[in-house]
Amino acid sequence: MGAHGPAKGFSRWLFTTNHKDIGTMYLWFSFAMFLLGGSFAMIIRAELFQPGLQIVQPEFFNQMTTMHGLVMVFGAIMPAFVGLANWMIPMMIGAPDMALPRMNNWSFWILPPTFALLAATLFMEGGGPNFGWTFYAPLSTTYAPPSVTFFIFAVHAMGISSIMGSINIIATVVNMRAPGMTYMKMPMFVWTWLITAFLLVAVMPVLAGAVTMMLMDIHFGTSFFNAAGGGDPVLFQHVFWFFGHPEVYIIILPAFGVVSEVIPTFSRKPLFGYDSMVYATASIAFLSFIVWAHHMYTVGLPIAGELFFMYATMLIAVPTAAKVFNWITTMFKGSITLETPMLFAIAKVFLFTVGGFSGLMLAIAPADFQYHDSYFVVAHFHYTMVAGAIFALSSAVYYWLPKWTGKMYNETMGKVHFWVSFLGFNLTFFPQHFVGLAGMPRRIPDYNLMFADFNMMSSIGAFIYGSSQLLFLFNIVRTITHGKPVNSDKVWEGATTLEWTVPSPAPYHTFTTPPEVK
Amino acid sequence: MLQQAKRLSKLALSPVLMLLSLVSSGVWAAEPAQRWQTNMTPGVTEVGAKIYDLHMFVFWICVVVGIVVFGVMFYSVFAYRKERHQEPATFHENTKLEIAWTIVPFILLIFMAVPATSTLIEIYNTDDAEVDVLVTGYQWKWKYEYINPDGDNVSFFSNLLTDKAEIGNTEEKGSNYLLEVDEPLVLPVNKKIRFLVTANDVLHAWWVPALAVKRDAIPGFINEAWTMPTETGVYRGQCAELCGRDHGFMPIVVNVVTDAEYQEWMGKKQAEVAELKELMSKEFTMDELVARGKGVYDRSCAACHGANGEGGVGKAIAGSPIATGPVKDHIDVLVNGVPGTAMQAFGTQLNEVDLAAVITYQRNGFGNNMGDMLQPVDIYKFKKGQ
Repeated sequence: MGAHGPAKGFSRWLFTTNHKDIGTMYLWFSFAMFLLGGSFAMIIRAELFQPGLQIVQPEFFNQMTTMHGLVMVFGAIMPAFVGLANWMIPMMIGAPDMALPRMNNWSFWILPPTFALLAATLFMEGGGPNFGWTFYAPLSTTYAPPSVTFFIFAVHAMGISSIMGSINIIATVVNMRAPGMTYMKMPMFVWTWLITAFLLVAVMPVLAGAVTMMLMDIHFGTSFFNAAGGGDPVLFQHVFWFFGHPEVYIIILPAFGVVSEVIPTFSRKPLFGYDSMVYATASIAFLSFIVWAHHMYTVGLPIAGELFFMYATMLIAVPTAAKVFNWITTMFKGSITLETPMLFAIAKVFLFTVGGFSGLMLAIAPADFQYHDSYFVVAHFHYTMVAGAIFALSSAVYYWLPKWTGKMYNETMGKVHFWVSFLGFNLTFFPQHFVGLAGMPRRIPDYNLMFADFNMMSSIGAFIYGSSQLLFLFNIVRTITHGKPVNSDKVWEGATTLEWTVPSPAPYHTFTTPPEVK
Repeated sequence: MLQQAKRLSKLALSPVLMLLSLVSSGVWAAEPAQRWQTNMTPGVTEVGAKIYDLHMFVFWICVVVGIVVFGVMFYSVFAYRKERHQEPATFHENTKLEIAWTIVPFILLIFMAVPATSTLIEIYNTDDAEVDVLVTGYQWKWKYEYINPDGDNVSFFSNLLTDKAEIGNTEEKGSNYLLEVDEPLVLPVNKKIRFLVTANDVLHAWWVPALAVKRDAIPGFINEAWTMPTETGVYRGQCAELCGRDHGFMPIVVNVVTDAEYQEWMGKKQAEVAELKELMSKEFTMDELVARGKGVYDRSCAACHGANGEGGVGKAIAGSPIATGPVKDHIDVLVNGVPGTAMQAFGTQLNEVDLAAVITYQRNGFGNNMGDMLQPVDIYKFKKGQ
């Protein structure tokens, strides 16, 4: 590979157009953001460890909850999946690289300065964004700290990055599949990302619209969201959630893709119901556009709207359930081994389904009047976002790390990471269902004594889950520096997709001649 | 149907229920049972009970589905481990099975949608209310106004009562820590009460679990909700929409009393309104204004400006350019607040009498000795732009 190897030094990374380099940078960046967003969460849980204000003031607490949400969604989970897409999609469809490599470089390099700017708002006068990751107007417009303008700029920049990344993925998947790879032969991970990319292209401009309207209200005297000027604060929520609801599927669909690769591999059996998986994914994506107002049951929608959004939301359970049944049937009568990626994948299916159940409960509008904006919601979306997306990401990293590095991670350490994560995660978020049902609102820095015990459990769980991620980091670094070389290119006995046909570690340029797919 | 399904599922799951109730009854510590509360309250309204039943109905469906699905899942993992099952099967689709497991969840959803729809329709029916209360969210307190079609409305603010020392951990916390207010909302039992919910500044949400009411308070818009409590008692809730710094310190306390007690309380409140009306046209002496103004200052201003006007979060009153400058500017600051700072607009929170008194007190107390005094009518004229 010598002659066609990468350039040396810093310029290799700054100017690279290689999908593997860019994928690697995305993955490291998102891990750094995961730790940053996690440290915000640790501050939140430390303050909530017991009643009373002890560590931070309410103002800073609000900044922490806001930044935790923003950094985790836009800085950790989304870029991590884009990193996986960059690394794996060309290798899974037999393409030499992404379709638009120069743009690929740009879409990554926008992110680090953007998040540096976002983090810098914490040190600005008036502090960082303190209005929740949903930044409802007018708290985020009329009553916001001056740093909100930087926040708007950051949201625009990360939106641009996401759109460029998605266009690249669409162009790659549509144009660069190996001869013989029809759409219905593509690996599930590629399918889920293709659909996700369309979702991103559709809704990121909506988010951009929302923040642009905010910018106009703050600096140019418009009144989009100001009732006193003829505007409507509820309009903000409609626009935000028209982006925000598909956004949660942008986060979860690639995770569905990951487990659809991992479970068949370790069950040594083909994915059950491939066709219905594709249709289910597409249905979920379609439904995600017509259910946004279920985040707004309490704003005073007319009853016809309330009923429509309730029924449409409940319908999502059908394709989602079909996916879960398919994964389980894939395992049924397989020949299963429980390596770390499989453990994370099974846990993802299990815990995501728990989150799906609470999601179904939340869909029931009359009951949602009691759940809305309580800790029950916090528990629900952490079961879907953390167990659903981050467990899948852990699974993906363990699954493909040997292919990326040519070295094997430490299995024992991986299993310890899994079990500590699993325990810590459930200890953190399961009790939050209880305090939510008992009446604890979300986003409060202090609470009545009746919520004290479960909150303490929750905080202990969070510290356990948080520290287990350092073990993950250690295991990855140790694999790269001291890992034992893998003894086969295929690595996993049951693996079938194209990336396992190239050497491990994957060479800098793969598929210079396209493979034939039968 | 709903009742039957509930009973059946309870029977099937009695061991789980027993375990749950053991946990919730507090075997771990000799604390009051509510410390380990694990479930929603059915509350004290018919609608609340229906919501609770619906919640439990959907919950038990989820539990049953979960047991089946996870049962198959864990069975697969244990029975088809590689060491026990060397040769994996090769099947990868079954159209009949896939259609079946699309239809079955759909049918279950219909079973849930029917009671959900009827409950929702009931929640939306705000007709025939006997008492109307306008609830307005402020940063960070609630204002209640009883709408009286035959006369003057009764209104008051409801502030957090919990001591700063309890929040700062220097004093022991009471059992209603953060859930207590200086003046609760008083409602009669067994009457349909309609809430008109709005906000003055940002979004808030008025939530009392026991009354089964949660409605967003949106500036410029009025939302409706209703309740009919069937038991007297004190019910507590909190603001449920992030509304800025003190979002967590914005409790709601509702005191549901018998009709006779309610009438008596309302009579007293209406007498206060009448008295205030009289005071509006009264000519106050300096001593009266200062005495009343001190009370208002200690209640509403001292937290930020210091007990002796020495300043704190807010600027010092003693020797301040506002309190020693033109009277009109001073009134303006109190009535309209100072945008972009913590100084709120007190024009709607305090009445003309209290505003006149507190301004007079600020201009003559703390060594300011300006000598001028204000009458309620001056404030009234200012508000009218005269």
